[in-house]
Amino acid sequence: MLKGSVGLIALGSLLLSGTAFAQEKIKVGVTATLEGTYTVLGEDGIRGFQTALNVLGKKVGDKELEFVIASTDATPDSAVRAVRKLIEQDKVQILLSPLSGDEGIAVKNFAKTHPELTFVNAASGAQETTYVDPSPNFFRYNMDGAQWQVGLGKYAYETKGYRKIATVGEDYSFIYTQVFGLVLEFCGAGGQVTNRQWVPLGTKDFASVIAALPDDVDAIYLGLGGADAVNFLNQYQQAGGKAHLMGGSIMIDQTILSSKGNAKNALIGTIAASGQADTWEDPGWQKFVKDYQDSFPPNKRFPSPSLLATNYYGSTMALILGLRQVNGDLSNNQAKLKDALAKIEIDAPNGKIKLDSNRQAIGTNFVTEVVDDGKGALFSKVVKVIPNVNQTLGYDPAVFAKIGLPSRTVPECKKY
Amino acid sequence: MTRFIERHPVWALIVIIAVAVLLWLVFAIWPPGLEAAVGRKRVFLNAILNGITLGGLYFLVASGFTLIFGLMRNVNLAHGSLYLFGGYIGYAISTWTGSWILSFIVAFIGVALLGVLLQIVVFRRMEGQDLRQTMVTIGLSIVFADLMLWVFGGDFYQVQTPSWLIGPVPLPLITAVKSSGEPVYLQYPLVRLVIFVASVVIGIAMWLALNRTRIGMIVRAGVDDRDILAATGVRIQLVFVLVFALGAGLAGIAGVVGGTFQSLSPGEDTRFLLASLVVVIVGGMGSIPGAALGAVIIGLAEQLGSVYIPTYAIVVTFLIMVLVLALRPQGLLARR
Repeated sequence: MLKGSVGLIALGSLLLSGTAFAQEKIKVGVTATLEGTYTVLGEDGIRGFQTALNVLGKKVGDKELEFVIASTDATPDSAVRAVRKLIEQDKVQILLSPLSGDEGIAVKNFAKTHPELTFVNAASGAQETTYVDPSPNFFRYNMDGAQWQVGLGKYAYETKGYRKIATVGEDYSFIYTQVFGLVLEFCGAGGQVTNRQWVPLGTKDFASVIAALPDDVDAIYLGLGGADAVNFLNQYQQAGGKAHLMGGSIMIDQTILSSKGNAKNALIGTIAASGQADTWEDPGWQKFVKDYQDSFPPNKRFPSPSLLATNYYGSTMALILGLRQVNGDLSNNQAKLKDALAKIEIDAPNGKIKLDSNRQAIGTNFVTEVVDDGKGALFSKVVKVIPNVNQTLGYDPAVFAKIGLPSRTVPECKKY
Repeated sequence: MTRFIERHPVWALIVIIAVAVLLWLVFAIWPPGLEAAVGRKRVFLNAILNGITLGGLYFLVASGFTLIFGLMRNVNLAHGSLYLFGGYIGYAISTWTGSWILSFIVAFIGVALLGVLLQIVVFRRMEGQDLRQTMVTIGLSIVFADLMLWVFGGDFYQVQTPSWLIGPVPLPLITAVKSSGEPVYLQYPLVRLVIFVASVVIGIAMWLALNRTRIGMIVRAGVDDRDILAATGVRIQLVFVLVFALGAGLAGIAGVVGGTFQSLSPGEDTRFLLASLVVVIVGGMGSIPGAALGAVIIGLAEQLGSVYIPTYAIVVTFLIMVLVLALRPQGLLARR
């Protein structure tokens, strides 16, 4: 009995000292897809996050930032589970989450049940996350999948002369959003999208999908990522595929361009669009690439940061700068921080970023083409830079709302 | 065969008609009406061939799994890890020496040795305790997965296909006739055909070894009643080690195959564990012909599903498993 009460007192004092200590710290929970199909994407996202900490430091006024990282597998329930664990078990005050499209929609909805906390989106890019019923405490400093395709449709139609294309994409919200952006612009310019194939996330054997690709098109658009993209390319090469390719933002990305094996060579010359271009000459981008390269030994990173690293970097940067503006003041349900985050404009490596009224990023987009650097490494070369891309893609909001939400069949291939 | 026809005349008729329809679909030139209704013949033929070749890969993984279960009643849930480990070994060897064939041999030996080690160090200590063994294998699979993640990282690895296997070959199957009357033959990736032939050869060799050799006789006897077998003076522990080594080695070979026509990355271990579980449940736990039949059924279901009902493709395999469990819980080709 005595022993028990001594133990309790000891435990109690430990907890007390714990809370006293915690006042000096701000706890931030981070999630990334460190399992499953998108493992490589999650790992590079975390590299971008660490690069940001190396550059900006962890101090906010006299407080120190403490980070807890949790793993997800790109499914919405894994993301909600991870976020819930971070909040309930690790008692984090701010979330930097999540990475993938479906996760983003789920975490945004979950954010509404914790209005006192602040959620900064790490990298997810489904349109619905911030466009439909946005959560006032959810901030997204990267563009969505449709914004990341701006410029590609016109470039394919006008410069490359493609008239008819078919698409293959993973069957979930981010790729719907990407195809949405592509189809709007390509069909708006006069092109035709004859066929849209959707494959489950995590498909390994694409042989039948490849066989079902139409022959009578000028190019095939690939909206795949991670292991799916590598498997597709490998089997596409084995099947002797020779069509022109176009790529989505996580297809033409260092996560794929620096995979092992030679299947990726099928991508040389592929046109794509994304929130970044590997060879952009902007000094801010070049500095970020160097910071990234200096932060990790060459065998523990890609030759150049992936889109995920850039997004995690930008989100972490926005969060730290926002916290510094309010000097780490999280009182009154973090009201000051939320205010600062909504107004902040950041000089991200991939161009200036500010938020709209839905707390969704307005930023710069890049049309790119894949080139071989002569030593066997592939990079995306910038073809066109398009600043100030907003979520309605330059459409009048009323017109944009009529198009409908991205899905397997929306938008129709016509001029809106 | 004749007994089956005598006992189930209706079923036999249905099977014969189904086979005839399938043969017609494969060899005939499709009339335009059919092409309009279900799509091009090229797509259909590709899906069938892909299903069968994918079945070849599933068979390689599942045969080892079912062999180990059949003899030792050990549900080895670390079988997926053996698959992935074999793949990584194959990748390392093929990049180091440039030889694709050598990577198979080394992967087989390497993973077989790991199997021997597992059997001697772990499973022998808990013989006959099914639940405990199963739990331990789950634990081991998690440990292996983390170790491999540590060494190889989360990257995607592909075993380099040798240059003589890259690209398609024409098959003597007509997919369409051009307006000039010239037939169009099906083009199919050579590497998949080679891998399929190899898995058939391995399957037949295993069947022969089990049914025509002394060792095979001992193994079959062990499957039926290992206590009596041990009592007759056979060194049963040695047989266990051999079978475990063979089963693990097959998983290793399958890893190289999987790394060649798909890719290797963390998570592949559980995927192939799940696939081989489904395959052996459908085919019948412990039966090699069952594993072959199950593998082809699951391969075909996945591929035909991904072409004709893409939205529900994932469900089809599990639906088949549910049906088998409901109608014939011991599996299609199980003996009891």
